[in-house]
Amino acid sequence: MLETLESRFAQIQPAVDFCSLRYVREVGESLTVRQDVPEPAACSDDAGAMITVIHQGGLGYAATSDLTVEGLRRAAAKATDYAALTAGRSVTDFGALTMPAPVGEYVGPARVPWSSTSLGEKFEVLKAACAKLKVSDRIVDWHASIWHLAHETVYLTSTGGRVRQELSLVAPSLEAAANEGSDTQGRSLGSLRGNCRQGGLEVLEDCGFHTSSQRIAQEALELLGAENCPSGRMDVLLASDQMMLQIHESIGHPLELDRILGDERNYAGTSFVKPEMFGTYRYGSDLLNVTFDPTRPEQFASYGYDDDGLPAVKEFVIKDGLLVRGLGGVTSQARSGLPGVADSRACSWNRPPIDRMANLNVEPNGSTFDELVAAVERGVYMETNKSWSIDDSRNKFQFGCEYARLLENGKLTHVVKNPNYRGISATFWRSLKGVGNEATVGVFGTPYCGKGEPNQSIRVGHASPACLFGDVEVFGGE
Amino acid sequence: MRDSFYSLADQLVAQCAGAEVLLLNFAAERSDFVRFNNSLLRQAGNVLQQYLDLELIDCDKHVSETISLSGDGQENLRKASASLDGLRARLPQVPADPYLLYAQEVRSSEKTGACKLPPVKDAVGAILTAGAGKDLVGIHAQGESGGGFANSFGQRNWFATHSFHFEWCLYAQGDKAVKSAYAGFEWSGAELAAKMATAAGQLGALGRPAKTVPPGEYRLYLAPAAFAEFTDMLGWGGYGLKSHRTKTTCLLKMLEEGAAFSPLFSAKENTVEGLSPNFTDAGYVKPDSVHLVTAGRFDTCLVSPRSAREYGAEVNSDGESPSSLDIAAGDLPRDEVLQRLGEGVYCNQLWYLNWSDMPACRITGMTRFATFWVEGGEIVAPLNVMRFDETGYRALGSNLLALTREREFLPDSGTYDARSTDSARVPGALIEGFRFTL
Repeated sequence: MLETLESRFAQIQPAVDFCSLRYVREVGESLTVRQDVPEPAACSDDAGAMITVIHQGGLGYAATSDLTVEGLRRAAAKATDYAALTAGRSVTDFGALTMPAPVGEYVGPARVPWSSTSLGEKFEVLKAACAKLKVSDRIVDWHASIWHLAHETVYLTSTGGRVRQELSLVAPSLEAAANEGSDTQGRSLGSLRGNCRQGGLEVLEDCGFHTSSQRIAQEALELLGAENCPSGRMDVLLASDQMMLQIHESIGHPLELDRILGDERNYAGTSFVKPEMFGTYRYGSDLLNVTFDPTRPEQFASYGYDDDGLPAVKEFVIKDGLLVRGLGGVTSQARSGLPGVADSRACSWNRPPIDRMANLNVEPNGSTFDELVAAVERGVYMETNKSWSIDDSRNKFQFGCEYARLLENGKLTHVVKNPNYRGISATFWRSLKGVGNEATVGVFGTPYCGKGEPNQSIRVGHASPACLFGDVEVFGGE
Repeated sequence: MRDSFYSLADQLVAQCAGAEVLLLNFAAERSDFVRFNNSLLRQAGNVLQQYLDLELIDCDKHVSETISLSGDGQENLRKASASLDGLRARLPQVPADPYLLYAQEVRSSEKTGACKLPPVKDAVGAILTAGAGKDLVGIHAQGESGGGFANSFGQRNWFATHSFHFEWCLYAQGDKAVKSAYAGFEWSGAELAAKMATAAGQLGALGRPAKTVPPGEYRLYLAPAAFAEFTDMLGWGGYGLKSHRTKTTCLLKMLEEGAAFSPLFSAKENTVEGLSPNFTDAGYVKPDSVHLVTAGRFDTCLVSPRSAREYGAEVNSDGESPSSLDIAAGDLPRDEVLQRLGEGVYCNQLWYLNWSDMPACRITGMTRFATFWVEGGEIVAPLNVMRFDETGYRALGSNLLALTREREFLPDSGTYDARSTDSARVPGALIEGFRFTL
């Protein structure tokens, strides 16, 4: 496809200061077995291209699923019209941007290719995992599913840029719901806010898909019989599959430069972080080290280049608790004058790139899980995100988890249900008092990070150790 | 778009053999999207997208694929035919589906609207003029969107519209803003200017020093857009037959304990007065309306074709969530709201709602944009954002004091994957003892 697109791009380039073509093809397959009955096997094949034109200071785009020469030519003409419409009345002089002209290729991992087993064999795997979820009559709904996406992009620029990237993404899911009277409790393997990774079918093995069904169902039953999570201020130990959400909402989004510049104020919101805080603001305790890292191959949002062609580089955004760098690509870096990262990304061919967090990780420290537990006199250990809500400045948050156990006198004790906690981002991370070691790190992700106008739902990844926070407001259900 | 879809459908149906049944769903849009920030242009462009979903059925087995189409008829036929061949090859590999259900009675329909949209540059010019000197941020979307259904029984359904949706905020300071929307089918520069003037007039109150109130229970007025956010949560698994039968509905206490909302509260799916198509992906024509909650009591579930087969019910929905939610009006005149509120919180928008205890129908979320502190029936100050954590049974039940006589029609501005055709018709709500927590 690369050569075909190069040939067509050469034929349709308008006489403008800069022009690019970004082609995306995504071939997806979604398979589910619910209550031991296979659901319809659905697949998709979506291909299209976006032409971007910068001319005389304006920028316009046009996206089309018509990849013929004529279709692309029409798109280029529309993008040129839009560049003319925006020239001289845009938030920045786009002509002053230095657009990258990258040349390269990136192919993500896939040790056991998706195509190495048949559709029938995949259904057998799902049926086996699903059947093991039904451990009791009180399990009232249960399912096992796998979603796979083969993602290919080609990025060409009028300045000689030529990049091809190929990714394989896998998201396995197990879920069980247990009911008794007017209470229903759910437990999962993280679902589509959890074990989403790049790779092939080996991801199933790596995340415990074949072996977790009974544990998940048993824990759903345990929750039914459990007391509500206690209320009060206490220590909270968050497992890595909840840290994913905590990082995403209260570090990732507030540090996006386009939010700080006000672009998202009508929809996703603004940020409590102001430009003058970079380099001086204490975001968290000394234990907090956060990296933007699209170079870790198995993570869900890894790549070789962002959608404006910047090469992917690992960068610290918070170092020893100090805020040092924002999350913004070529355009936002130029507009803000702040250091950023290679994170200008679009969810597909039909949406323009904006600042997205990609993989954002908390770096591990030296504590074992047992040491983190032993440090707590009174608190709660929480696993697996269930509920998330945060204000439009990304400050006042409230998050809930599927499963929790009390921490009493340095030991994990009995299970409690409906664990929730709330806090304020600007102060919460300063209460970080323990960071787990490499053995506590989990790698998670989701395809459902929503932002942008027009709206975009994009893939993000988060790797984190278990982390211990002090003096957190904790509470349970009704 | 309709003629090319029908032509493609005819050619694909002709390729079916034996007992094969083919269901085709088409969705397309030609949209202009223009973003604004600081009353300047941030991002502007055009999207042309066309998707065809092919579902091939043979007895009790079925497989489907969604493919993107180009603007070229021959290329589309080649791609769709290749997809159909691929589906035919996959079919033997899938197990039989006991819950497969699709319409076999032919019920064709068509709903189209003429294009009365201005050139996008005219709309952009009018917006920039109206926003000059203000801190305006938002998005203007306009264009044609449509979709159709066809099956091998000969049924044909078509739905198309040419619409615009401009949604914007005028910012006063910090996070204090007035949010507005102007949506419809026929653009009027005068109407835009009037809406902009109304929004600008509300900025004055936001310029006053903001007030912060401590957590606690407050008397609250939720304006229609805010009340729509709160009640929209009930559509998140609340009304679907599957969620009821699997005990995963947020209205579980209604099923198990006889809990109820206030008799003031009634909600229905009002397809006939909404903007969404009236046909489902499986070819069923939806009823004009489905009463979900009547006078506080649960009434009827939304039932997808799959659930209908699994649980033995009649199909009345596509995805078991409302797309044209209609909440009955009350008797509180809108111009008496401040007086009836007396002292408390006047909230124009809620934001980022989620469950804090789903079986108990307990919801958390934030106030956003123009939210005010009211004393003596008058707006005193803008209120800094507050988090709430409250159950539907209190807010829509024992603590619901009144609903406004006037309702607002709120088209969904959502553009994930495609421009939404969802909408809601909602009154404002006066509630006492509403729990703010942070």
